[in-house]
Amino acid sequence: MRIVVCVKQVPDTNEVRIDQATGTLIREGVPSIINPDDKNALEAALQLKDQNENVEVVVLCMGPAQAKEAIKEALAMGADRAVLLSDRAFAGSDTWATSTILAAAVAKIGDFDVVLCGRQAIDGDTAQVGPQIAEHLDLPQVTYVQNIAKNGDKLRVERALEDGHYVLDVEMPVVLTAIKELNEPRYPSVSGIYNYFDDSERPEILMWNVNDIDVDMTQIGLKGSPTKVNKSFVPTQKFEGERLEGSAKEAVRKLIVRLHERQLV
Amino acid sequence: MDFELKSTHKMLQRVVREFALKDVAPIAAEIDVTERYPIENVRKMAEMGLMGIPIPKEFGGSGGDELGYAMTVEELSKHCASTGVILSAHTSLGSWPILKYGTQEQKEKFLKPLATGEKIGAFALTEAGAGTDASAQQTVAVLDGDSYILNGSKIFITGAGQADIYIIFAMTDKSKGTRGISTFIVEKGTPGFTFGKLEDKMGIRASSTGELIFEDCRIPKENLLGKEGKGFGIAMSTLDGGRIGIAAQALGIAQGAIDASVQYMKERKQFGKNISKFQGLQWYVAEMETKTQAARLLVYQAATKKSKGLPYSKEAAMAKLFAAETAMEVTTKAVQLFGGYGYTKDYPVERMMRDAKITEIYEGTSEVQKMVIAASVIGR
Repeated sequence: MRIVVCVKQVPDTNEVRIDQATGTLIREGVPSIINPDDKNALEAALQLKDQNENVEVVVLCMGPAQAKEAIKEALAMGADRAVLLSDRAFAGSDTWATSTILAAAVAKIGDFDVVLCGRQAIDGDTAQVGPQIAEHLDLPQVTYVQNIAKNGDKLRVERALEDGHYVLDVEMPVVLTAIKELNEPRYPSVSGIYNYFDDSERPEILMWNVNDIDVDMTQIGLKGSPTKVNKSFVPTQKFEGERLEGSAKEAVRKLIVRLHERQLV
Repeated sequence: MDFELKSTHKMLQRVVREFALKDVAPIAAEIDVTERYPIENVRKMAEMGLMGIPIPKEFGGSGGDELGYAMTVEELSKHCASTGVILSAHTSLGSWPILKYGTQEQKEKFLKPLATGEKIGAFALTEAGAGTDASAQQTVAVLDGDSYILNGSKIFITGAGQADIYIIFAMTDKSKGTRGISTFIVEKGTPGFTFGKLEDKMGIRASSTGELIFEDCRIPKENLLGKEGKGFGIAMSTLDGGRIGIAAQALGIAQGAIDASVQYMKERKQFGKNISKFQGLQWYVAEMETKTQAARLLVYQAATKKSKGLPYSKEAAMAKLFAAETAMEVTTKAVQLFGGYGYTKDYPVERMMRDAKITEIYEGTSEVQKMVIAASVIGR
């Protein structure tokens, strides 16, 4: 069984600040991490590997050279090998272009049974890439997965929606998108860190550029991206709230006085 | 000379930091009060490969180095010095001597389960009458056929009862003084090996400290570690390395106290402003930070020398001396910065101050470190 896990390297939004003048993220000095939902996807793959014989976990990542750090972390957690898709031609890709590239890479990896993605990335929050990969590859998909188990030659997955849960048996190959309820990702192992984080080249990491995959050049990069961002801005705070101090009783009394003053009650 | 950490160490630091914050910090106050051994975190550390960082992979370890190990003890000790010493005593004192002096069979049998964290290691040299003067050993081992028979007792043993595999020092020939000391590997559960009184300590309360008692305890001859009569050298070289672990623990305690103090100073208001705005207190922080960073450089230097196979005895002694005294000074200042609140168990700094004190005492007192350093500088 081969599982391809798509991971994205993202800035740790817990530490991100916004440049008020330009409305863009200040990325300097902000640590990069594996996108949290993608880590859940990876953990799910690793658990299937722990529980079943002959499972290979392949990590797929698109990004600049520094995204190699995310790949090394995934390998230190226990993935078998990884592909980093890195090329100037990929720069500026929106979700459509990204999923086009990733789907082509998944097809090239080949012989896969499951493609696991995180639900969405914390820097874009679109939740589009996973489903789009499924469409490009013409595969069934289950999104918002909170549980995965092998069930004979199928997978039994639990899909969590706001109004209830579905338990589905799905045939492979299939695309699944993971939510954080799926599991608690393991820490990278110390031996894995020493293995993969020294500066030597690792045979487990393949570097692919645009020539290594079969894609339509008009569908990738900034030019191939139908999404155009006209403007991004930080919403301005329209008014400041006021805090009424004191015990609950006192605070409520103050509130009532205010409401009367403004003739709201 | 390069003061930038390698990406291996940066990543290890990030991972241990995350673990310490998520799993170690939340229970630190509780296990201090209840003296509870944090078995759940020891298991997690084993899963991560933290229990055998500098042990080669062929013996079940993580194949890392001394610097990574020291940084790990530092990160854990920022939040919980007990967890720091549990790892340090297990690695430096319980596992390393077997790696260095053990036979292939001893490494297979004892080192592997230690390096994976399946079993915990401890080291027993101190006796009631043999503290700094380790040569005054009263525990004896007599060869009888295929086994040695141990009699005597050890006190103040870190991990007593919690550990599974003990490195024990005993006299095989009293007439030879330090040349009559030998080293043995003794497993918990061996008939004649029991535990006596557990100490009710000022600090590091979640790591047990207690007495080991040997009454006609028969151990197989093949559990002799190194050669007969070579125990004193094994003890001294083991303690040289152990000092790096304790220095790292002290460093972590100091850094933890600074972190807690700075956070508090930015919240606590007096005379209408945060106390971080008062220059008198800022100078405390500047001194605390400078000394702690100096301690860090000494600790990392000693660890790096050990990894490279260079002599490190003096460097380890200097690191431990300076880091321990820094930890004591910094934690005392931290309590002062917290004022009355610092004296209560509502904040972590009083625990840090209690924990810091032991680092000036165990694995060689500060005075012993000065003897080692002076001997190295002046000559014996």
